[in-house]
Amino acid sequence: MTALIKLTDFSVSFSTPRGDLHAVRGVDLSINKGESVGIVGESGSGKTVLSRATMGLMPSTATCTGSVEFNGVDLSRLSRKDLRNYWGTGMAMVFQDPMTSLNPVRRIGSQITEGLIVRLGMSKEQARGRAIELLDRVRISDPFATMKKYPGELSGGMRQRIVIAIAIACTPELLFADEPTTALDVTVQAQVLELLAELRQEFNMTMLLVTHDLGVVAGQTDRVVVMYAGQIVEAATTKELFKNMKMPYTEALLKSIPRLDQQAGQRLKVITGRLPDPTKPEPGCAFAPRCLYATDKCRSEQPPLVTTQTGHQYRCFFPLGGAN
Amino acid sequence: MLRMKTLKLILIRLGQVALVLLGATFFVSILVRQLPGDIAYMINPTATAAERASLRHELGLDRNYFVSYWMWLSPILRGDFGFFIFGGKVLPVIKSAVPPTLQLIFYTQIVALAVAIPLGITSAYKQGTRFDRFISTTLFSLHSIPNFGIGLILSVLVGVKLGIVPPSGYGRISDGLLQHFKFMLLPVMTLAIAPISSYTRLLRSEMIATMREDFVTLAKSKGLSNVRILFRHVLRPSSITLMTSAALSMGGLIGGALVIEIIFVIPGMGTQLAKAIGAREFIALQSYVVIVATFYLLFNTIVDILITFVDPRTRNRHA
Ligand SMILES: Nc1ncnc2c1ncn2[C@@H]1O[C@H](COP(=O)(O)OP(=O)(O)OP(=O)(O)O)[C@@H](O)[C@H]1O
Ligand code: SF4
Ligand SMILES: [Mg+2]
Repeated sequence: MTALIKLTDFSVSFSTPRGDLHAVRGVDLSINKGESVGIVGESGSGKTVLSRATMGLMPSTATCTGSVEFNGVDLSRLSRKDLRNYWGTGMAMVFQDPMTSLNPVRRIGSQITEGLIVRLGMSKEQARGRAIELLDRVRISDPFATMKKYPGELSGGMRQRIVIAIAIACTPELLFADEPTTALDVTVQAQVLELLAELRQEFNMTMLLVTHDLGVVAGQTDRVVVMYAGQIVEAATTKELFKNMKMPYTEALLKSIPRLDQQAGQRLKVITGRLPDPTKPEPGCAFAPRCLYATDKCRSEQPPLVTTQTGHQYRCFFPLGGAN
Repeated sequence: MLRMKTLKLILIRLGQVALVLLGATFFVSILVRQLPGDIAYMINPTATAAERASLRHELGLDRNYFVSYWMWLSPILRGDFGFFIFGGKVLPVIKSAVPPTLQLIFYTQIVALAVAIPLGITSAYKQGTRFDRFISTTLFSLHSIPNFGIGLILSVLVGVKLGIVPPSGYGRISDGLLQHFKFMLLPVMTLAIAPISSYTRLLRSEMIATMREDFVTLAKSKGLSNVRILFRHVLRPSSITLMTSAALSMGGLIGGALVIEIIFVIPGMGTQLAKAIGAREFIALQSYVVIVATFYLLFNTIVDILITFVDPRTRNRHA
């Protein structure tokens, strides 16, 4: 199998008034065509930055180092303009918050047809027809009326379906879904996830599903990458991960899976303590201050990312169930 | 459905205008009564006691507030703006003084927007560059000079020294369009500097803030060009704020225009107001205030309604 996207020693930092903020640190990640990979981690662990920076959608305050190869092309060497040619058609993204990711003063129709006209060279009429198909495909009940509406007239769930329609409009090879359901009601969450899974099959897309919820990952992905403080701390096939969890952090995350009786957007904080300050990297394991199993060694020395024979990766001196 | 809703909205707004006008004029009529001393004496110091009493009676000053207010208001509602104490009707003066003032305000607004929009867009797009800093420093320095100062400088420099356009005066449109605009050039430039500066800064900061919005990143992620994103996605939401601010500045602009008229000797409402104050023409003064207040409120209302059409976000708020 060939890697569709391959990150090598990829880091992102922001220059802030408080000093350099290291949001993503030395990530190596390779995703094959057709795979569905989950990125899991609590709020602030760098998931959004990682996915946006992979696409190249970063503000000017961000510095990215390392390489991103898409279909064998090193994107970091491309000019802004050449990179743009990959957006929409090569890679596309479903954003985290449907309330802020649609332009409030433009009609839904024009927001969907825009990419089709500009990127695929469709005529206005063709694009309109395709947009209506897309709206129908993401199960918007009245596509014709919805085309004329403004985002403010629609519910969060409908907006997210529209954001999905925009993302898949130019049939991208790789779809980033950045917590596509976090801002939605529980019942809508399941529907949107199901829709994404269907579309992935239908359009033969590779998907990177970002979430803070291991429960979502379980049903949707082939492989899981767990992030903590900007680093990959564990990676394995989904099956392997749930069967043979290595990281104390992943275990803690698992215990914080939200249950059905909870409100949307409500975040659990089962893991006590907070993420380390990303402007002040600590010498030892980033999770040490919160880890139940931490020793002096953990506090003074960085654990390396270990890869087992089965391909399971983890970053811990004292993995759960021992090193096997 | 939508039509009915908008119609209702417009009617409500107009009703509000009528109410505010009623309140404002009542306030003015009380204010005039509260002036120290005997108004009848101020109007005509040589009048006998009997004459003054009859003048007070005519003005309704010997009745209670409401009656005298009504005595003053009811002719105005019929379009009768009263007489000058020293002779002549007020209405023809208003009719000839309103157009120059309105022209001044509209031209200024148009010039200010025409200059500020491209400047604001470019500064936002080139934020932090030499161009951006040059524009903001220049506008800031110009803005810090008071209106009448700029007016006098322009009048002397461009009008007298260079002699390109007349330093002061006014030409009616009917007397030649070119001449009309030549007369208007300096006062409009003078008045426009402050709004150009504030609109440019507003649009710039508004656009920079909008560029950080998620929906702009999403637009980017569709692979659109920067120019397209700037004009299609950033400008529209930002320009709504600009329009609102332009609308709100109408009131200030009226005030500015009234002063500038006096400097450039334009026979508009400002000049007439100054004359009326100097000549103690209280009846005319009250009528002028009504006119100015009416225009002020109408401007704000019209723009308010327009914004409702342009900004779908406000439309929902009323729904
Ligand atoms: N534009 C930016 N400028 C400075 N710091 C940023 C910027 N964007 C993100 N960060 C910082 O980078 C870190 C990672 O943020 P990120 O948004 O990737 O977290 P996340 O894992 O997506 O969290 P969430 O689940 O809340 O979305 C945080 O410390 C955040 O404050
Ligand atoms: S290295 Fe130590 S502190 Fe870090 S996760 Fe493993 S046990 Fe916990
Ligand atoms: Mg995020």
